Amino acid sequence: MNTIQELLEGYKKKATQPSTVAGDFLDRIESTNPKFNAYLEVLKEKVIARAKELDGCAGQMENLPLYGIPIAIKDNILVKGWSATAGSKILEGYRSPYTATTVERLEAAGAIVIGKTNCDEFAMGSSNESSAYGVVKNPWDETRVPGGSSGGSAAAVAANLCLGALGTDTGGSIRQPASLCGIVGMKPSYGRVSRFGVVAYASSLDQVGPFGNCVWDNARLLEVMAGFDPRDATTSQSTVGSYTGRLNSKTLNATTIGVARDWLEGVDPEVLKSFEAALATMKAAGAKIVDVAIPHARYGLSTYYILAPSEASSNLARYDGVHYGHRAKGVDSVESLYSRSRGEGFGKEVKLRIMLGTYALSAGYFDAFYTRANQVRALLKKDFEDGFQKCDTIAVPTSPCTAFRIGEKVDDPITMYLSDVFTLPVNLAGLPGISIPCGLDDKKLPIGLQLIGRSYDEASLFSIAHQFEKLRGHFPRAGAK
Amino acid sequence: MSARDKYEAVIGLEVHAQLLTSSKMFCSCPNVFGAEPNTKICPVCTGQPGALPVVNRHAIELGVRVGLALNSTIHPVSIFARKNYFYPDLPKGYQISQYEQPFCTGGEVPIQLKDGTQRGVKLTRIHFEEDVGKSTHHGHGTRVDLNRACVPLIEMVSEPDMRTAFEAGQYLRALRNILRYTQVCDGNLEEGNFRCDANISVRLKGAQEFGTKVELKNINSFRYVEKAIDYEIDRQVEMIELGEVIQQQTRGWNAAKGTTELMRLKEGAADYRYFPEPDLAPLEITTDWQNEIRKQLPELPQQKSERFQESYGLSPYDASVLTAAQELAQYFETVTNLSQNAKASANWVMNELLGRLNAASVEIDQSPVSTEHLADLIRRIDSNEISGKIAKTVFEAMFATAKAPETILNEKGLRQISDAKQLEKVIQKVIEANTSQVVEYKNGKTKLLGFFVGQVMKETKGQANPGVLNELVKKLLDSQ
Repeated sequence: MNTIQELLEGYKKKATQPSTVAGDFLDRIESTNPKFNAYLEVLKEKVIARAKELDGCAGQMENLPLYGIPIAIKDNILVKGWSATAGSKILEGYRSPYTATTVERLEAAGAIVIGKTNCDEFAMGSSNESSAYGVVKNPWDETRVPGGSSGGSAAAVAANLCLGALGTDTGGSIRQPASLCGIVGMKPSYGRVSRFGVVAYASSLDQVGPFGNCVWDNARLLEVMAGFDPRDATTSQSTVGSYTGRLNSKTLNATTIGVARDWLEGVDPEVLKSFEAALATMKAAGAKIVDVAIPHARYGLSTYYILAPSEASSNLARYDGVHYGHRAKGVDSVESLYSRSRGEGFGKEVKLRIMLGTYALSAGYFDAFYTRANQVRALLKKDFEDGFQKCDTIAVPTSPCTAFRIGEKVDDPITMYLSDVFTLPVNLAGLPGISIPCGLDDKKLPIGLQLIGRSYDEASLFSIAHQFEKLRGHFPRAGAK
Repeated sequence: MSARDKYEAVIGLEVHAQLLTSSKMFCSCPNVFGAEPNTKICPVCTGQPGALPVVNRHAIELGVRVGLALNSTIHPVSIFARKNYFYPDLPKGYQISQYEQPFCTGGEVPIQLKDGTQRGVKLTRIHFEEDVGKSTHHGHGTRVDLNRACVPLIEMVSEPDMRTAFEAGQYLRALRNILRYTQVCDGNLEEGNFRCDANISVRLKGAQEFGTKVELKNINSFRYVEKAIDYEIDRQVEMIELGEVIQQQTRGWNAAKGTTELMRLKEGAADYRYFPEPDLAPLEITTDWQNEIRKQLPELPQQKSERFQESYGLSPYDASVLTAAQELAQYFETVTNLSQNAKASANWVMNELLGRLNAASVEIDQSPVSTEHLADLIRRIDSNEISGKIAKTVFEAMFATAKAPETILNEKGLRQISDAKQLEKVIQKVIEANTSQVVEYKNGKTKLLGFFVGQVMKETKGQANPGVLNELVKKLLDSQ
């Protein structure tokens, strides 16, 4: 039983029960997690107790859409009583005093939180190398990165250490690791999912989304957790409905796929080849392929690296050593308490972005940077709106390259940032995007296809992705080679 | 002409008022004063990771109420912004406030000048803001109480529109009065739910440019507002006269010494790196909502004053005194309704009660003389049951003991005697004891009537009803 869909069937047929499944996953985590470093915390007793509780609820299975499903949660999402390091030393030892809305909804649907996963510090990174708790290894090749920032969640699903996982995506942090780990990952429209209980990185871009082994699993996870939350003023009131029930609502011969050729610069030839093949497959199945223009996509990177650090510089001000988290010892003034606690607690990449953002928001620079970046953001949004006049989805590769070697880009931030050229503009425009495995390169590393959808139309996006997935057929799992 | 007369002061005030909501601005914690430290807190107001703000609609309503009461412009869309700075009692490292687009601009606060005329002090803006926690310093360290963090505030910024400490004092009193009338804020400087900072500069009279301004903080009592501002104006004039340069700085009022003291120099404006709060959508205040709030507006001081003049025939001065505080106006109106005598009610409240309350530092709503008791006293005068003179004695006792007039009249034996039979007995006694005067009276010396009345008054310890007494004395003398 390799997917959520299959396990739910298994439970229905009484082939197994939650405590057996949880036990199997816990055993596997114990034996293989040291190799991958995907999990930062697994509270075994809590997991077993929860699974046993669910064993007793088998009668209510019909009303529990995630009955007995082990889910991993990125360690920047709060679950009461669990760690919430966000990959940072500054939150080492912090215990969540409450549970995020997303996790609350998953648990109410019968899911089992099986562990908290590693990630880039405060979700800032594309390789998981900025985590204060060590890099996560890619289950396809342990010398390579899993992508980031939600690398632990992606690796946990790919290595079969859980059946589904939550990540957060601010500039590609779900889709890029999903692509590099050969699984499905989706970032919903901004405002579709509650951010309450999610450690903020860049509030106007952050979204929680699911990882899974197939589109159906992603659709199920999202339909459970999406929707208005009175505790998050930026969530949308628009109705969610059933995503799994509408996976066949959009057939390929009724679908127009937009391709923005001017956006496709600097793509690895193997990735481009696989991308073109995916387009050809869908075309052969009746999809119409049209050219669209997203001229401002080229400014996505620079726009993102003004706005996200600006918000981050403010969002991360609360980690000051006063109220909770790391506090420096032997300080002699409140100023040194701040500077030393933050100096010791934050890693290099986080400090870099805090300084970038502080500078961009400073008097005299604000208009040239922050205001201007927001203007570009509006233009980019408009590009997508215009594009969607001509098509139902816009297709791009998820990442310009497949999984790179650990350490390969760590000293060159710009090259690292370029990993996200195809994902950042989607966050800036607030649109939903999904990454589906579409092939392997010559090193047998997975390649991801990204489909971008209309705002709040996750249903159509899932459906198109599902049609492609059916055409593509079976995709190998990590370690299956 | 003294040096000071050559100069004029330019004063602008910034007032922070805590809103009387039941819960905080962005979370559901109770908004209460004086609870045990850190007992009214939650993940949101303590800035836990992942916690998000949600706007309290009641706070918005109260803010709009004030804007409408001051004839300001309420903006249909305004923006919350983050004000970034580090301080131990600021758990998020930023304060949610409003910056470039506040919800309210313009308007004015009507104040009463010394000559009895009115003028409006112009407002620049009103915006929403969350309060911060409270730091207290103990020998070895600092303790932070976050009960107050996230309590809703409005900040009201005036134009630099005042020229004297008196005007500034009147502005604060008028503003507090309106906030209390509209039930938006308790207006208590001492408890800190109404806080005032003053920007003060001086310049030669007739000069166009402003002088360098000094920000004055810690004015935490109405008693010191004028004193503190006056002191600061004098200090600045003195410095200029000595050829010294005023530095832009923040000073605090030291009530014990009666001086202002340097808190910090302002070298360039602090950079708060304001930017729109991404966790909150723009604040929308629809016309419908505004109208809804307008409907609930209570009668404001100025309207009340006009009504008092019209319905009760009060002079403009009396009306303005009696509407200076809502509680006072209410007291007066209750007494008037019960006694059916507005003029007497106004006189008793203004001439007898207020002075005594002030001397005893007692608020009107704590008055030992209840509205029922004062109305009762006025009714007894109007029905000639007691004389005005006795009434004053009774009132004095009422203020001292909080007892009812009835009780005091009985206890002190001050009840007026109007009963003819009772009085006739005394008159008879007086006539019998003064036979020679009776003869003189009978022989035409009618002014002796006063003598007899006086004797009876003496016998009755002044309790005889003068009107009844006069007639009876005349009647009995004539029948002799």
